[in-house]
Amino acid sequence: MAAPAALAAPRPGLAARTADALWRRPGLTLFLMLTPPMLWLGIVYLGSLFALLLQSFFSIDEFSGLIVRELTLKTYGELLRPANFDIIIRTVTMAAAVTVAAAILAFPIAYFAARYARGRWKALFYLGVMLPLWSSYLVKVYAWKLILAKEGILTYILDGLGLMPVLELLLSVPVIGGTSLSVSYIGTFLVFLYVWLPFMILPMQAALERVPASLIEASGDLGATPGQALATVILPLALPGVVAGSIFTFSLTLGDYIIPQIVGSSRLFIGQAVYAHQGTAGNIPLAAAFTVVPIVIMGVYLWMAKRQGAFDAL
Amino acid sequence: MTTAVLFRQVSRHFGPVRAVDAVDLDIAEGEFFGMLGPSGSGKTTCLRLIAGFEQPSAGHIEIFGETAEGVPPYRRNVNTVFQDYALFPHLNVLDNVAYGLMVRKVPRAERHARAEEALAMVKLAGYGARRPAALSGGQRQRVALARALVNRPRVLLLDEPLGALDLKLREQMQEELKALQQSLGITFVFVTHDQGEALSMADRVAVFNEGRIVQVGTPQQIYDRPRTRFVADFVGSSNVLPPALTRALGGPEAWASLRPEALRLTAPGAGRVSGTVAGLRYLGAATRIGVAVEGATLAALLPAGRPAPTPGEAVGLDWDPAALHPMEAG
Repeated sequence: MAAPAALAAPRPGLAARTADALWRRPGLTLFLMLTPPMLWLGIVYLGSLFALLLQSFFSIDEFSGLIVRELTLKTYGELLRPANFDIIIRTVTMAAAVTVAAAILAFPIAYFAARYARGRWKALFYLGVMLPLWSSYLVKVYAWKLILAKEGILTYILDGLGLMPVLELLLSVPVIGGTSLSVSYIGTFLVFLYVWLPFMILPMQAALERVPASLIEASGDLGATPGQALATVILPLALPGVVAGSIFTFSLTLGDYIIPQIVGSSRLFIGQAVYAHQGTAGNIPLAAAFTVVPIVIMGVYLWMAKRQGAFDAL
Repeated sequence: MTTAVLFRQVSRHFGPVRAVDAVDLDIAEGEFFGMLGPSGSGKTTCLRLIAGFEQPSAGHIEIFGETAEGVPPYRRNVNTVFQDYALFPHLNVLDNVAYGLMVRKVPRAERHARAEEALAMVKLAGYGARRPAALSGGQRQRVALARALVNRPRVLLLDEPLGALDLKLREQMQEELKALQQSLGITFVFVTHDQGEALSMADRVAVFNEGRIVQVGTPQQIYDRPRTRFVADFVGSSNVLPPALTRALGGPEAWASLRPEALRLTAPGAGRVSGTVAGLRYLGAATRIGVAVEGATLAALLPAGRPAPTPGEAVGLDWDPAALHPMEAG
């Protein structure tokens, strides 16, 4: 009886032969896999970004309203005019406040999910965090407008609890207050916080999950109180996740133009300014310059995070 | 002599699992104490009970005469060398070693000096600026050791300290650990599943099985006079003889242990018993020979250099009667 062949003959068919050919040329396989997404990313995404960047160096003729296609920094100069600069300061402050609050709120939830939740509880965690993302963003924002309105359910509950003076005190604070939560910066802040919180929780939880339990035990073993363990081991190791989450909350807040439109005072945020300038005002260069602001801020933020060693543990 | 660690009827249950079950333990100050057993036998849980990572479900633990229940790990003057070393990846070697001093607010200059000293003690002077990821397994182990010892603990716990190292390095570290323990005089408690490691390093060994301590004694006592079948089989894989066979080989009617190296090959009929060679296993320094005797197979160790029999050959076996060690039934 003949022994079976040690090396099987090539299998028939085009698919099998293609598989053999690709196996011998891993470089070609990689090229074929990466080309379509790279083309998409390169042309559609980076290309449009570059076009935008170019637009921001054009200017608008104030009399004719036509775009002057000559490279100039004049449009960036306009960003520094008080009306425009206020918009930038307002948006960056809001984004920073939302990010800090989201990080503080997300940490205990992410920590519980990463360290303690198992099986059913873990499923419940994912469901609880993801479920709000499944419903329309507009529906959620309008729901919040109703919740925060002067005649809304929040006022009703606070009234029932006898906490109206607290609300009134809060609303009487200059700048962030207003006639009701739904037309104040506090309201805008609360809705931003609600809508972007999952984007902070998920990367934080993933980062905390990667911190080995033995490192936390080791810090306690070496004499660190739970607070010291948090400050010297858990937070530094979870920092990449915190930074990733804060990139989401920060940049999403910087660019959003719907939430401040529906909930809040009528003062503009960057997103609204872009929307207004490229649409009704027809000032594409200024809209483009406004769009560059969040990009630059995120770049500076990432550079600082890297310098602080946020990615050293990766 | 002061008792460093004392367990009285200590149990640790995880749901229905009795990881540690009514354990009594007395570890003397300055002792090198080994906890030996297969995985899941409760030895690591005992170590974690001393460190404070686990709290007993029942029973009483004292560390240097003080009640340890309810005392968190960070208030115990006990340090651990973890099985995976648990070095902090975001800190360099010096800051890893100085960590325990840092959280106790020792001034920077002093803690760095002491950390340097500890690194020199484990022969890693000058490695302070490196990251743990840039070190070899053996070097990481030394850093973990320095990081624990810099705190001058009363008890040092080592969880499978040499498990991840290759054979050569393991033997070298065994000697170094032993020398370090003797020069420092600190109580060392280590956990291992490697009987050779336990016998060669420890002053005394506790053999664990199914959450209980089966036997405590010096390595000689454990090896020469195993108390139960489990100890005889786990430590040095002895010939474990059922009562009938012990009787047939000239002992009392009880379970007994007969060490393979105590058996000598003789000509057929010349020894205490005759049999045929069932199989050979070459081990380098010796050859382990299975001899079929009285319906059982006895293992005999033949030192290298002696002529080895061939399978099927008739041989005799002889031994010193004192080598036949009767045991409890357990």
